[in-house]
Amino acid sequence: MSYKCVVLIKQVPDTRAITGDAMNDDGTVNRSKLASIPNPDDLHALEVALEIKEKFGATVTAISMGLPEATEVLREALYRGADNAILVTDRRCAGSDTLATSHILSCAIKKVGADIVLCGRHSIDGETAQVGPQIAEFIDAAQITCVGELKGVDGNSITARRVLDNGWQDVKAPLPCLLTVTDQANEPRVGAATRLMKYKNATTAANYDGDVNELKEKNLLIEQYDLDQLGVDLSRVGFEGSPTKINRTQKVILEAKEVKEISPTQEGISAMVKELIEDHSIN
Amino acid sequence: MVDVNKKGDVWVFVESLGSKIEDTSLELVGKARELADELGVKVGAVVIGSDIAGLDERLICCGSDKVYMCQDPLLSHYQVSSYSKVFCDIANKYNPSIILFGATSVGRDLAPRVAARLGAGLSADCTDLQIGSHTDKATGKTYDDILLQICPAFGGNVIATIINYDKWPQMATVREGVMKMPELDRNRKGETIEHKVDLSKEDLVVEILDELVTEKTVDLKGSDVVVAGGAGIGSKEKFKLLWDLANALGGVVGATRPAVDLGYISEEHMIGATGVTVRPSLYIAVGISGALQHQTGMWDSKKIIAINTDPDAAIFDIAHYKIVGDFNEVIPMMIKAIKAKAN
Ligand SMILES: Cc1cc2nc3c(=O)[nH]c(=O)nc-3n(C[C@H](O)[C@H](O)[C@H](O)COP(=O)(O)OP(=O)(O)OC[C@H]3O[C@@H](n4cnc5c(N)ncnc54)[C@H](O)[C@@H]3O)c2cc1C
Ligand SMILES: Nc1ncnc2c1ncn2[C@@H]1O[C@H](COP(=O)(O)O)[C@@H](O)[C@H]1O
Repeated sequence: MSYKCVVLIKQVPDTRAITGDAMNDDGTVNRSKLASIPNPDDLHALEVALEIKEKFGATVTAISMGLPEATEVLREALYRGADNAILVTDRRCAGSDTLATSHILSCAIKKVGADIVLCGRHSIDGETAQVGPQIAEFIDAAQITCVGELKGVDGNSITARRVLDNGWQDVKAPLPCLLTVTDQANEPRVGAATRLMKYKNATTAANYDGDVNELKEKNLLIEQYDLDQLGVDLSRVGFEGSPTKINRTQKVILEAKEVKEISPTQEGISAMVKELIEDHSIN
Repeated sequence: MVDVNKKGDVWVFVESLGSKIEDTSLELVGKARELADELGVKVGAVVIGSDIAGLDERLICCGSDKVYMCQDPLLSHYQVSSYSKVFCDIANKYNPSIILFGATSVGRDLAPRVAARLGAGLSADCTDLQIGSHTDKATGKTYDDILLQICPAFGGNVIATIINYDKWPQMATVREGVMKMPELDRNRKGETIEHKVDLSKEDLVVEILDELVTEKTVDLKGSDVVVAGGAGIGSKEKFKLLWDLANALGGVVGATRPAVDLGYISEEHMIGATGVTVRPSLYIAVGISGALQHQTGMWDSKKIIAINTDPDAAIFDIAHYKIVGDFNEVIPMMIKAIKAKAN
């Protein structure tokens, strides 16, 4: 049996490298100042899919919703071993919150069909860890969140270890099932040189001047869908269709408190300790 | 979708293990009380499980007006399928206006699934909740008495205020330890409502094969004094100095992520964006540079002492006492000074 795996990969600004000049005064982030990368957890999710492919037999489809630039993360998935890739891009996606995003992605998953859906535990820009469980609800699948280890796939079920606040849990779930994968699950492989050579020319039809069939024959076509093609309920997407809205954002400004400089000598430190006892910071 | 019901109550999903209610749930009841008082509505606590008798009393003492008890042997283990079914069922019946979940392993698993089924908005990992109003720039329309859901975004570099005004209920998960523990009032009165659960074995979708539940051994959140060490400590052996200082002060030891990654101390001691949030009376940061991801977990501490060899370390920006020096020398002096005062 060959399982159908779908991996969801989001293109995100590298928030780990954020500095002051990447921030606008109104507290929004100037994404153009930050490098765009595949969301780190999603590469671990892809690696789990590739592991399933190698050990149990599967096809791996990577899906990303985003701007046309997100084609880049899909190419990255192809380098690493995905069999094909799909870009969901549409202006009407703009302003979508997690619920709307989940609705759109679930329509894409239904279109291609999946036994196992893998996504990252959370994204480093949205950071909600909500998209996975919400998609599971919309495609009516079982869910295993916080996967730290894939145990196996057998017949109509999948077994994995969840890593939790206070321990772990091994669970077996029926297919279809959605997994959210943590960075503890594996060490993602890097793209193989041969695949890199091959897929560097992979692209969407919109970005290709020549005959699309040629791309398709060479397996270099990254399919692109808009919301109409996916049968998305337009009342549930974009700013209007999103239940949550942003009221405001603020840059984190570190308050300058009054600082007392204490000399690193016994007198300096004894005086400080005395003060702290007097104001009951130390009892 | 649940109708917009401005008179709906403020609900808390209560997590319990055995006969103990998780601290986070009690903290949320405390916050729910404040929100409900401002809105003039009631606080409802929803308890789901197989062995929950008696938990209602504690929840009422902490500030709940109504406790919904959903009891069934099939609910002995948390599972998203069965718990979401019971929770959505009861939410649809009573139309709460606000639902709060702890941002715990369980809360993060359950809340998005419930939100998706209710068609509701959900904000993640809130650090503060307030009641306020919002004016829509496009239409000029103002929405009063809505929940302002305040949460860090973009790796802690931005604080966002999230709202929802046209789709109900308003849902949020809340970080552990950021809301204050409410005081127990043994004379408080409340109502217990037994909710009839309608479940069958088919509702248990996954099979739990094996699990390890470890007690959280360090009480970082509950401690008045935290001595935290960073990568600058350099080794597990040297971390012992921090334990000595913590012992002298009756406090606990915390750490940054690199200190944990380097194996100086176990993960449950981690403070910051991915660790625990603390707000002790006294926080002593030792060999910690003061990255934003660490600061977000400790900047509400009442007094902060920072010890660092680098006079320009960012931690000094938020410290009350700045000690530029080597901790190997400074900490023994502190221990000495404390012992001298204690006698
Ligand atoms: C998504 C994400 C989440 C994160 N979450 C967290 C989190 O929850 N918690 C967290 O802490 N970090 C977190 N981090 C990491 C964070 O960005 C910083 O890397 C980390 O806080 C720095 O740790 P540090 O101060 O121990 O180490 P360093 O930055 O290496 O600082 C060591 C300090 O020790 C000082 N020092 C050296 N020798 C001595 C001496 N003898 N005496 C005194 N001082 C000395 C040095 O001057 C230096 O300032 C996260 C990062 C990311 C990307
Ligand atoms: N626009 C997107 N395209 C593809 N996958 C996504 C998108 N948004 C979220 N995801 C997936 O959902 C996971 C959780 O995201 P989040 O809820 O934002 O923390 C990510 O790790 C991705 O696997």
